[in-house]
Amino acid sequence: MFQVRIHGRGGQGVVTAAEMLSVAAFDEGRHAQAFPSFGSERMGAPVVAFCRIDDKEIRLREPIMEPDAIIIQDPTLLHQVDVFAGLKKDGFILINTSKTFDQLGLGDFIRDWRQERLCTVPAMDLALKHVGRAVPNVPLLGGFAAVAGVLQLESVIKAIKDRFSGKVADGNVAAAREAYAIVKAEMEAAMHGEAHHA
Amino acid sequence: MLKQTEGSHAVAEAVALCRPEVICAYPISPQTHIVEGLGEMVKSGDLKDCEFINVESEFAAMSVAIGSSATGARTYTATASQGLLFMVEAVYNASGLGLPIVMTVANRAIGAPINIWNDHSDSLSQRDCGWIQLFAETNQEALDLHIQAFKLAEELSLPVMVCMDGFILTHAYERVDIPTQEQVDAFLPPYEPRQVLDPAEPVSIGAMVGPEAFMEVRYLAHAKQMQALERIPQMAEEFQAVFGRAIGGLTHSYRTDDADTIVIAMGSVLGTIKDVVDEMRDAGEKIGVLGITSFRPFPIAAVAAALKHCKRFVVLEKSLAVGSGGIVATDVRMAVTGMGLKGYTVVAGLGGRAITKKSLHALFAKAGRGELEPVTFLDLDWQVVNRQLERERQTRRSGPAAESMLRDVGTVASKIA
Amino acid sequence: MSLQPVKFYQTGTFTVGNRLLAPEERSVQANMQRTSSLNSGHRACQGCGEALGARYAIDAAMNATNRQLIAANATGCLEVFSTPYPETSWQIPWIHSLFGNAAAVATGIAAAIKVKKQKGQGGDVRVVAQGGDGGTTDIGFGCLSGMFERNDDVLYICYDNGGYMNTGVQRSSATPPAARTATTMPLGPEPGNVFDQGKFVPAIAMAHEIPYVATATVADLRDLEYKVTKAMGIRGARYIHILVPCPLGWGTASHDTIRMARLAKETGIFPVFEAEYGEVKSVLAIRRPLPVEEYLRPQKRYAHLFGKSPAVATIARIQALADKNIRKYRLQARQGEH
Repeated sequence: MFQVRIHGRGGQGVVTAAEMLSVAAFDEGRHAQAFPSFGSERMGAPVVAFCRIDDKEIRLREPIMEPDAIIIQDPTLLHQVDVFAGLKKDGFILINTSKTFDQLGLGDFIRDWRQERLCTVPAMDLALKHVGRAVPNVPLLGGFAAVAGVLQLESVIKAIKDRFSGKVADGNVAAAREAYAIVKAEMEAAMHGEAHHA
Repeated sequence: MLKQTEGSHAVAEAVALCRPEVICAYPISPQTHIVEGLGEMVKSGDLKDCEFINVESEFAAMSVAIGSSATGARTYTATASQGLLFMVEAVYNASGLGLPIVMTVANRAIGAPINIWNDHSDSLSQRDCGWIQLFAETNQEALDLHIQAFKLAEELSLPVMVCMDGFILTHAYERVDIPTQEQVDAFLPPYEPRQVLDPAEPVSIGAMVGPEAFMEVRYLAHAKQMQALERIPQMAEEFQAVFGRAIGGLTHSYRTDDADTIVIAMGSVLGTIKDVVDEMRDAGEKIGVLGITSFRPFPIAAVAAALKHCKRFVVLEKSLAVGSGGIVATDVRMAVTGMGLKGYTVVAGLGGRAITKKSLHALFAKAGRGELEPVTFLDLDWQVVNRQLERERQTRRSGPAAESMLRDVGTVASKIA
Repeated sequence: MSLQPVKFYQTGTFTVGNRLLAPEERSVQANMQRTSSLNSGHRACQGCGEALGARYAIDAAMNATNRQLIAANATGCLEVFSTPYPETSWQIPWIHSLFGNAAAVATGIAAAIKVKKQKGQGGDVRVVAQGGDGGTTDIGFGCLSGMFERNDDVLYICYDNGGYMNTGVQRSSATPPAARTATTMPLGPEPGNVFDQGKFVPAIAMAHEIPYVATATVADLRDLEYKVTKAMGIRGARYIHILVPCPLGWGTASHDTIRMARLAKETGIFPVFEAEYGEVKSVLAIRRPLPVEEYLRPQKRYAHLFGKSPAVATIARIQALADKNIRKYRLQARQGEH
């Protein structure tokens, strides 16, 4: 079972992102369970959503406390919420930012982490560029397809087209593809020893 | 058709396939997505010949449902928590009048303190209201139980609550198999009311009944629930014949055959318990789980039969009979009277407190060693409780208890679970 | 049916003279083919204004709908005296659910009728909801307002006797000032029900801008029949508020029910009018307004106003309220008008 936890703020499409991940996994014939950490509907409040992916039926209903991957939609949460709680050693981290892990003050935390599993993508910029809205969730999903390798980019794109239509769908698909390419490049650079994160 | 969708949406689709004629809607989390979905279907014309009424309260929702059901219309509504309590007078009235209304209860805690998260306090507070109460373990079961609920309700002229865990199921995206209209039509016949407000044959419904017949009328309600005990398992078989899925019934046993310890629970937590049971079985523990689908009528015989060969049972329930212990546990203990079993009540998950595999492992291990208290509050923070009790001993004007206790708990926003 | 401008004083007495009218102009009740919604044999008190009002109102509604009528009834006197099983007095399909939900139950009935008709499974059946003032202005008020606001196709009839008579005469929000009830006893500095409280639901109904609102009394049954008939000719939410004296709660003689209702109207205590979409369209005029004392004195619930030293100031306050009604609803017939 692969478990993903997504952190963001109300209005950033955190819950939608988890749902779309589950749809992408479903499209690949896998079992998936997405659910939010529930709360009142308020813009800007910290929100957490979860997605489990497995090859058999998922019965577990507890929140994801030991995720394999973490997506952080809003880097300002790094200093408010214990976003890395329970993250497995060498788990995947994907942050919406144009800064490096060092610049975010995470240098010590990820010092001996597998570098190719630590990725950043300027998802907000990509969303603004392609969709015209500051909603970073979909580009991050494209990036996630690259970073974790549990889902194909094409499944994510199908899930995007399921959820959106017309121009918004096209823009989101373009943003997801660009995010995917950025993250792929980052990972390859990391694998070739260019420790740009540190 | 297999689909990855939200639990609420799956239920809305199932209800729509049942061809409801009147739907009453009043918003309360976490049932909102269900009626929103249905409202959309009515407005778009996908669900035809159906009146969708935005009422002014849950009391009105159930009252409108009473009127439409008594006029022969297949009627649906959904609620949760405070909403269920606000409509209680009409809830009892609907069952007293024998009106086959189907209602989803998206299970949520009851305040004060106000809390929007899941537990079973709401529907269990209506234990004796005369409605049938079915509890869903998964979204597939929630969806399918609604289809069975309409048939059961209309056959017996009794209202049915389908209870599904708020947020945990209602807001969870997972795989469900949505049946076709043909399948549902083959299973669920049109509603033929036993009583109907019809100018061609005027009847008076709901008049006063004095001591001379009230006992008999009430007994009839009990007799109907006893009929439901027979019909529910049959209906699960009929359902399987049409839809190919084993859904419903009174109880579900999992790895109980040679179990020394049997855990009993209702709703979505059964999934987590099954995972724990598998892991404990792998470690050589003889443990199994009994899921109760039909809480009302309570399947006394089925529970007794399932527990016949075990040594001890643990009732894990998301409810609290304040001043007594467990609500489900009380019924289970009655079912096993004289069987010489050791029984434990565990109150867990109140107000959305996560029930984790880790805690369950420790709990069941303790039960296996015979070290569990008769009534246990799972993962209760005794420090917080004791501090408050101490505060109340020290000061008369100790202030609002919940506020003081939250201050002791510290920042909650930073925690994951 | 158009309004028949029969005036009591035409006969020189205060008797409504059906026998003075041509047979086709007689009321539904005087007709041998009367619809008999509420049959004899019920258990109302002698002189019950509510029984009389309900029989006339529902008969008129039955007549207007060709007997295609369903009634939802709130808990209260009307429900209790008309139905203890198995002796129902109702000749129409009738349902009693709860005290506070008659309007909502009626909404449900109307919705079911609409769908059944759409599906070709039922005809054009209409719905009436009815309750006393407690069930309407107090405990059922939320459901009533919801039904109005949604403009559901329901005629709601309130039988107002100014208190909870079924439970032993307690105060409701329709109890008039100074009236004695079991919970507003004639004690202390302000005996009886206090002034400046309570509500007049017809005005609140008008504020919902529903198609039709009317008031009536059991003193003018032709007017009541006319209003019910008119209401049944309209779709959407409609409200009729009928003043129905209660011999038990008011402490009046059983044979004085009609007289008390007439005095309530003729003093201006109870304005009789009809309104469409929030605007008053017509009133039953008062030719010579009578002093409120004539209305108050026969009622034991006001006995404390008429002891050895009459409560002149209190009576004056009630008179002022009546005068205000006359001004506000323009109840007084102008000179030369009949």
